[in-house]
Amino acid sequence: MADPRIAIINKRLEKVKRVIAVSSGKGGVGKSLVASTLALILSKENYDVGLFDADFTSPSTHLILGVKEIKIEEGRGIVPAKVHGLKYMSIVAFSREKVLPLRGAEVSNALIELFSTTLWGDLDFLIIDMPPGISDATLDIIRLVRKIEFLVVSTPSVLAFKTVEKLLSLLRELKVPVSGVVENMKMKEESFLMQKVEEADVNFLGEIPFDPEIENTLGDVNALFKTDFARKLAEIASKIISPSV
Amino acid sequence: MHEWALAEAIISSVSEIAGKEGLVEIREVKIKVGELQQVELDVLKFALSKLKTGRIKNAEFVIEAVEAKLKCRFCGQEWSLSKNKLDAESMEAIHFVPETAYAYIKCPRCGSPDFEILEGRGIWIESIKGVK
Repeated sequence: MADPRIAIINKRLEKVKRVIAVSSGKGGVGKSLVASTLALILSKENYDVGLFDADFTSPSTHLILGVKEIKIEEGRGIVPAKVHGLKYMSIVAFSREKVLPLRGAEVSNALIELFSTTLWGDLDFLIIDMPPGISDATLDIIRLVRKIEFLVVSTPSVLAFKTVEKLLSLLRELKVPVSGVVENMKMKEESFLMQKVEEADVNFLGEIPFDPEIENTLGDVNALFKTDFARKLAEIASKIISPSV
Repeated sequence: MHEWALAEAIISSVSEIAGKEGLVEIREVKIKVGELQQVELDVLKFALSKLKTGRIKNAEFVIEAVEAKLKCRFCGQEWSLSKNKLDAESMEAIHFVPETAYAYIKCPRCGSPDFEILEGRGIWIESIKGVK
């Protein structure tokens, strides 16, 4: 007759002011790094921030944040771990570093489970690191999370933008708010992506140059904060905090 | 306890359904609880008894435990959860998120992690009886 978990999801999120799904049309564009660093930047600005790694088959935010053990607690639900000032949830808390091969329906079920049982409490921002593309997890989050907005990450590649175009088109059709598009890993002066995003009548939030140092900072958030990547993303974050800036 | 979160979800869902169906008083709610999630039924029953209010306050919750049945997508083998020897940590992970079973359980015949949960995954509201 009914899956009881669905009815509770928006109650679990009622004290969360903004839920931002960091998404991309394809993998490999730096989405998890943007999601993790954005969460840290917002937290550093004294906002209450949660980070939810919803990329269940390829979770990576724990590696970016250097989390060795995710210590969740059991209350009247699951209390997220505390990591660098963030409330943090990842499937790795349960699957550890084991391979977790999930089909689409199973991704949906795990997503619904964690949304219905995680106690996020009061938050200014919940940042969700989405799996790439427009399959089950994206469709479920759009269907189930009333206050969702999308932050889309792309590289300047035509291939990346072609997939982003489809994601933006889906979001428009479903009337889902889009905070904007971030251009990541920019390697040369060109305005291809900005033009395309503006033609699509979507907010272009800014560009982040390719930063060869970023790989050396994985697992070390202090080093991450000192990169050009983090500095540029902080400028973009200010536009996300106050959309009119 | 995690069971409280599940109980809250059941109460919210029953309220929502009652509202949609115009039921002023709920008499009975039948719930199926899958073995895979290893829900402590006494805790769930206690949580439901404490959380039920308003038009649900007199409802009887009838809980049926459903054995977990798995089927390998690779070789077709069907088996029950008891075939798999799991340590306490793995069982706890599956309790919180049943899909983590795919990290800990393999087909007992061919060793594939690609299997289907035929029944007995988690919680399901089977039926609601009430007065309009």
